[in-house]
Amino acid sequence: MTTQAAPPPGGADTHPASPTAEQFTAVQQSAEFGELRRSYRSFAFPLTVAFIAWYLLYVLLSNYAGGFMGTKLFGNINVAFALGLAQFATTFLIAWWYSRHAARRLDPQADAIKSHLEAGE
Amino acid sequence: MTTAHHPALQPLAAGGAAEHRPLIITLFGLFVLATLVITIWAGRQTRGAADFYAGGRQFTGFQNGLAISGDYMSAASFLGIAGAIALFGYDGFLYSIGFLVAWLVALLLVAEPLRNSGRYTMGDVLAYRMRQRPVRTAAGVSTIVVSIFYLLAQMAGAGVLVSLLLGITSDGGKVAIVALVGVLMIVYVSIGGMKGTTWVQMVKAVLLIVGAMLLTLLVMWKFNFNISELLGKAADNSGKGASFLEPGLKYGKSAETKLDFISLGLALVLGTAGLPHILIRFYTVPTAKAARKSVNWAIGIIGAFYLMTIALGFGAAALLKRTDIIASNPAGNTAAPLLAQELGGGADSTGGAILLAVISAVAFATILAVVAGLTLASSSSFAHDLYVNVIRRGKATEAEEVRAARWATVVIGAVAIGLGALARDMNVAGLVALAFAVAASANLPTILYSLFWKRFTTTGALWSIYGGLISAVGLVLFSPVVSGKPTSMFKNADFYWFPLENPGIISIPLAFLLGWLGTVLSKEPADPRKYAELEVRSLTGAGAH
Repeated sequence: MTTQAAPPPGGADTHPASPTAEQFTAVQQSAEFGELRRSYRSFAFPLTVAFIAWYLLYVLLSNYAGGFMGTKLFGNINVAFALGLAQFATTFLIAWWYSRHAARRLDPQADAIKSHLEAGE
Repeated sequence: MTTAHHPALQPLAAGGAAEHRPLIITLFGLFVLATLVITIWAGRQTRGAADFYAGGRQFTGFQNGLAISGDYMSAASFLGIAGAIALFGYDGFLYSIGFLVAWLVALLLVAEPLRNSGRYTMGDVLAYRMRQRPVRTAAGVSTIVVSIFYLLAQMAGAGVLVSLLLGITSDGGKVAIVALVGVLMIVYVSIGGMKGTTWVQMVKAVLLIVGAMLLTLLVMWKFNFNISELLGKAADNSGKGASFLEPGLKYGKSAETKLDFISLGLALVLGTAGLPHILIRFYTVPTAKAARKSVNWAIGIIGAFYLMTIALGFGAAALLKRTDIIASNPAGNTAAPLLAQELGGGADSTGGAILLAVISAVAFATILAVVAGLTLASSSSFAHDLYVNVIRRGKATEAEEVRAARWATVVIGAVAIGLGALARDMNVAGLVALAFAVAASANLPTILYSLFWKRFTTTGALWSIYGGLISAVGLVLFSPVVSGKPTSMFKNADFYWFPLENPGIISIPLAFLLGWLGTVLSKEPADPRKYAELEVRSLTGAGAH
């Protein structure tokens, strides 16, 4: 192990022999890892920007568009309340969507790379 | 957000409920007894460091999701948000949304890489590629500061609850209650470690969800399961009319309060994924897939709970007198127990007393489970980051490390008791929001840069952690939270110049900026081999513990 301090000593975990720094570097440069990185980042990063923007839009509307937010939709349910519930809905939806992407696209690639590496290839 | 000590603070048990005090104490006692049994059982199974810090990494995704919910849904969620909605209507509900959306940051960017590349603490990941001693010191300091801010909020909640229920209004009595909570949490953590803490949190999550469902059903039943009718009655009864259902009652007063609201929103959405007591929960499952599954369960459970805060908060606004809520606790922290009493049949009925006792015992369980998680996070970080890797330079044995963690629990518990006694009368949701701001500033930028930016260096990490920590805590110190207003912690002093209550809007971007600046100005470049190792491990789990 070339990383003297990380992970630090003093644990009782049992785990497969850690790959060497050369192996890690070789894997990081490999095409299959590049593909895994791309499929993770191209999904997670834009989605993160999107949901934070959507949340901030909601915050800004609450602050500066009181008239619009107070518009009654039906009964006592106004736009503000409906948008709040929409934040709940999109949160559940994004969690489900990411998990589906991870299970279909990321996990198989990650598992393949991991088993190569731990088999010492 | 904060409130002055109110001269009219009245224990609500002073009415007919006083006769039912034995029932309340029995329910408290039963919960404490059950959790102590769990703790002792867990303690017997705790041998090595992986048991103490990570519960042996054998929990399932569902169990951990439940425990995460138990760790996260604090007194702030239950008492604070219900109270904020009851008093400020829609603006109180905004807390719920920020607290939930924040979980997506944890799910998409943090949970899985953290599980794959760390072992016991947040510092494991922050220091992975860096010079160990300075970065671990910074990570340890920020873990402890964030956790203590959060602990303060829970302690304040415990004081409020118990003084309310048991009719203890004397300062000495309240301090004694805070001390009792502190001693219990020391026992849970030092004996039961992560395993005991996790089980306590799971039990609490179930109790809280069942309690909230019961109240929600009772409220909705009164309004024929018609949410529009509930909102209409809440608006009428609040005396604020339609504006009660619109944004602005709390944050819409001036340009400053509007900025404060943006600041709060940023802190809530970016803080969760930087909370050490949440992050260490990801180490209790065997794989990154299980970590993902636990976040998904947590999002489902926490989301359902926050949806129920609508019924609790607006229900309290609709069914209780506003003046009664404020008289009982000016920050609204007792709205949920008061609502329970009302739903059970009112202050002088047996049903009211029983429901009040049940809901209060649930809230008490909530506080105990959260303080246990916070204490564990800070004592783990003290022992693993500061003691073993900084003071002993990685040369301590496992037995020494666990012993250090147990002692750290006692010290942190004592500090929390001391500070908790000082923060008795502050709104718990507001205090927690400050902890989120500190976490979002001091921790999240470095976590993200470490995981995703190849060039990030030790200097960048130190600038970001300390810059975020000092700016966030410093701005709070000079804000109206601490001095200068009748609602401040120190009412009689006046040294505030920062106009906002929440520092996030300044300190979070500043910490990101400093991390970048420290890196580009850094004399030593980043080690590409260590980044290769971290990146491959974090995405694939190769070599993970």
